[in-house]
Amino acid sequence: MPVLEHLWIIPLLPLLGAAANGLLGRGWSAKRVNMVALGSTGLAFAAVLELTREFFYLGADQLPWMPPSYFTWIAAGGFRADFALQVDQLTLVMLLVVTGVGWLIHIYSTGYMSDDPGYTRFFAYLNLFMFFMLILVLAANYALMFVGWEGVGLSSYLLIGFWFLKSSATNAGNKAFWVNRIGDYGFLLGLFLMFRTFASLDFSSVFPQAAALPVESSGHGVLTAIALLLFVGATGKSAQLPLYVWLPDAMEGPTPVSALIHAATMVTAGVYMVARSSMIFTHAPRAMLVVAVIGAVTALFAATIAFVQTDIKKVLAYSTVSQLGYMFLGLGVGAFGAGIFHLMTHAFFKGLLFLGAGSVIHAMGGEQDLRKMGGLRKKIPWTYGTMLMATLAIAGAPGFSGFFSKDEILGSIGTSAGGQILWIVGVVTAGLTAFYMFRLLFLAFHGAPRYDEHAVHVHESPKKMLVPLVVLAVLSVVGGWWAAPELFGGPNYFDRFLAPVFAASGAMLEEMSRAFVLERMAATVSVALIGFLVAWWMYVRRTGTAQHVGESRSPIYRLLAGKYFVDQLYAAVIVRPLVWISRVVLWHGVDEGVIDGTVNGVGQSAQVGGGILRRIYSGNTRSYATWVVLGAAVLVTFLLWMGR
Amino acid sequence: MVPVSDVLVLSAVLFGLGVIGFIFKRDIVTLFMCIELMLNAVNLAFVAFSRALGQLQGQVYVFFVIVVAAAEAAVGLAIVILIARNRKSLNVERVDSLKL
Repeated sequence: MPVLEHLWIIPLLPLLGAAANGLLGRGWSAKRVNMVALGSTGLAFAAVLELTREFFYLGADQLPWMPPSYFTWIAAGGFRADFALQVDQLTLVMLLVVTGVGWLIHIYSTGYMSDDPGYTRFFAYLNLFMFFMLILVLAANYALMFVGWEGVGLSSYLLIGFWFLKSSATNAGNKAFWVNRIGDYGFLLGLFLMFRTFASLDFSSVFPQAAALPVESSGHGVLTAIALLLFVGATGKSAQLPLYVWLPDAMEGPTPVSALIHAATMVTAGVYMVARSSMIFTHAPRAMLVVAVIGAVTALFAATIAFVQTDIKKVLAYSTVSQLGYMFLGLGVGAFGAGIFHLMTHAFFKGLLFLGAGSVIHAMGGEQDLRKMGGLRKKIPWTYGTMLMATLAIAGAPGFSGFFSKDEILGSIGTSAGGQILWIVGVVTAGLTAFYMFRLLFLAFHGAPRYDEHAVHVHESPKKMLVPLVVLAVLSVVGGWWAAPELFGGPNYFDRFLAPVFAASGAMLEEMSRAFVLERMAATVSVALIGFLVAWWMYVRRTGTAQHVGESRSPIYRLLAGKYFVDQLYAAVIVRPLVWISRVVLWHGVDEGVIDGTVNGVGQSAQVGGGILRRIYSGNTRSYATWVVLGAAVLVTFLLWMGR
Repeated sequence: MVPVSDVLVLSAVLFGLGVIGFIFKRDIVTLFMCIELMLNAVNLAFVAFSRALGQLQGQVYVFFVIVVAAAEAAVGLAIVILIARNRKSLNVERVDSLKL
């Protein structure tokens, strides 16, 4: 059982790759950089595959598997945080997604980034990201998880601002970092409260203690507070309302980064964290409700914005926000397995969509505007074919992976009045998803070309970019088949695999008859079909319709095109007052007035005092003597007077 | 026997002369002599106290003062010679370049 006993090897490999490329890689040939970057992540993937094989030899009583702690990281008073890793089914799924999809995207990047002068730096950052992400999912306590959490945030910042000469890229990087600070602040407060309550941050100590506490159905209690604070962290990292604003801007980074970090892995860290903390969340039903509602509202909200985006990557970014909302909806209603299932399938098809978009951008010579594409189907057939698979998957076409995971989430929602509303929101979003995804596909690949065919030489991407596309396309199709037997009354193998992780938390899903579940499924599929037909009608059949809607400048269109003016709202309510306070009060007032004033005042008083005293030092010896005599006289007089 | 107070008055008068001379004279060598005068006025007071109190410390101090005065004279006169060479003058008012 080599890998089980040496879990540290999995995160260490990408770290070594990052160190080699980052510290020594200056001037290395692209070939050597590839060897280090692909080798380290490939080996990590191989190690995870070997781990998977070994994992099945473990007995149920040995899980979660936790090798002895490698070293004590922090020991201060009663606080103790070890560098300790653990593996259970949930971690294993995350490991496979992170290293597998991550490796494919590394391969793709060697093609996509081949002309970039920052090639070595790019792969150093990408490997660093892999290291932190693996730490995040392997950590056996919240403190170490937070290290990974912050580390992926750092790598994300570095990669969004990868083209740092573009001010929009650096601004987007800063925005991502700052917005995530808000979420991380909540996360940290949650950890402090957790430590105060349970005197530990180890999973193995916190969860049993939480399990022993009563369920806080009234919504008042420490577990509800912890759960809500943790969820604040999740909304930051996983781009949920109200902290989603950084993700669309993060598209300034290179496209493989958008695929790996801002679609497949990092943004799902919040989902993973909430699922990992399922014990705390199930004991705080009100917090669960908040998670579900935020998830549902975000799903709908972001999907509507995706309607009118013209940048191919922005459409996908809002789609990611929307799909993450689905995952939280699943977690919030207690279907943790379904949430993680959707996380996995989403990693496949959204990763593929981004890579496909990258291939389109590559083919168009850097053009990202959907209005300037069209008719690419014949020219880049492989990209088109794979993107079609991904679009069908995300739209929930029966048989594709997104169909199973999305329907499992929607099927898990209860039948209470509130549950019905959540379900309707979810189904409407499914229709919207089908609409905007096919809109993207039709605009890019169908119809007549809307670019200058003499100026742009559309060309299919090289093999090293197409192979990952094809692999991900296959996964997008078959990735959901774990759940397929459920359709015919069998078990959902994915859920059954993950069940031990969530069993102890006791999330109870409503029992529903098979006929009812199938009815719901049919409803979702038909709504998605409507979305597809509307998109087809608007963008293929009557191509003028969309333009007509756009030109009408109706209030709804302007609201959507302005992205509900959330950025403007934040700028007016938070950013500008903050800048004003910083500039007027803190800068000109406190810094210049009080701090500089004190320092300058001390200097000036010394200068003025010295200016007076220097007059004494005339250079005239006799005047010095006079001063000495006067001083002595004063001293003698004083002593005599004292001695009286 | 001469009373202590008389000796002290003499000492004070000598010291005062030294001070006045130091302040009002301009010739550097004269200033030196004024310093010697002050030192020896102090020596006189030490000896007087030593005698009156029947203790030896005062006399020991006098030796110290004489030794220091000798050293000071040696260094000081060397400086005076250098000043005389450089400035062609022994007027203390012309030695005033050491100031801010």
